[in-house]
Amino acid sequence: MTAPRWLTRALGLGALAFAAAAAIDGLWVMGPTAEQGDYSRLLVVHPPVATLAYVGFGITAIASILYLWPRTRRREWDLLAGASAEVGVVFCGLTLITGSIWGRPVWGVWWTWDARLTAEALLFALFLGYLALRRVPASDHVRARRCAIAALIACLDIPIDHYATSWWQTLHQGSSIDLLQPDKHLDTAHNVGLGLGFIALGLAFAWLVVHRYRVEQLEARYEHEALSIALEARHAEGRVEVPA
Amino acid sequence: MSYVYAGYGITFIVLVLYALRVLARGRALRRALPPDER
Repeated sequence: MTAPRWLTRALGLGALAFAAAAAIDGLWVMGPTAEQGDYSRLLVVHPPVATLAYVGFGITAIASILYLWPRTRRREWDLLAGASAEVGVVFCGLTLITGSIWGRPVWGVWWTWDARLTAEALLFALFLGYLALRRVPASDHVRARRCAIAALIACLDIPIDHYATSWWQTLHQGSSIDLLQPDKHLDTAHNVGLGLGFIALGLAFAWLVVHRYRVEQLEARYEHEALSIALEARHAEGRVEVPA
Repeated sequence: MSYVYAGYGITFIVLVLYALRVLARGRALRRALPPDER
């Protein structure tokens, strides 16, 4: 279960090309909006990183279920869950940072204990805990099982986070576009910028997950290799040299 | 516009640094493993 090298190269080059296009569109082509002025340019970055954090944690949840289900249990699902969770944490951290940078000029505060922001911060903390749990020593199966359960519990926060702006009165705005509500739309330049941002960061996300998954595989092999070397050394210590 | 530049800049820098860290970790592990285990 590994991606061919040409595919990862294509993902990386595509991410760089679309990132350049998104930056040019977001910084120079898109105009300011009446409501948020120039700060609406952050639309190219903030919604894509927030969505991709959900995608990362979603992949972790699916891989965790596949590991827990006895018929589909394979070590690779656990490795994929770990790789995707770490990339998700990076994107979740970026969501909090870019949201804070957006909030300061638009709301007047860097941070507030608004339902959406609090749920997002909780999601970040839960998955940091998940990554810490993956470092706790145990046998492969015990660690994978306990991490899969922890991931599924942490994922319960995703719908709370996503629907926080609908369920509660929040400072955070609702979604910028809604296909079911035609009056809720962006102009063409903003739509193009948002699309380019999603493609660029989506490709970067895929590239990171593929490479992080390879590192997980190498780490797993290294753990087993290190253990066998250590056992060999202990056996050698225990052998009694009989003089001839 | 400084907030906008900061938002774009931080996102780009964090992702590049994280990508480099992942690549470096992979290379270090490949060097540490015996050739048949790579």
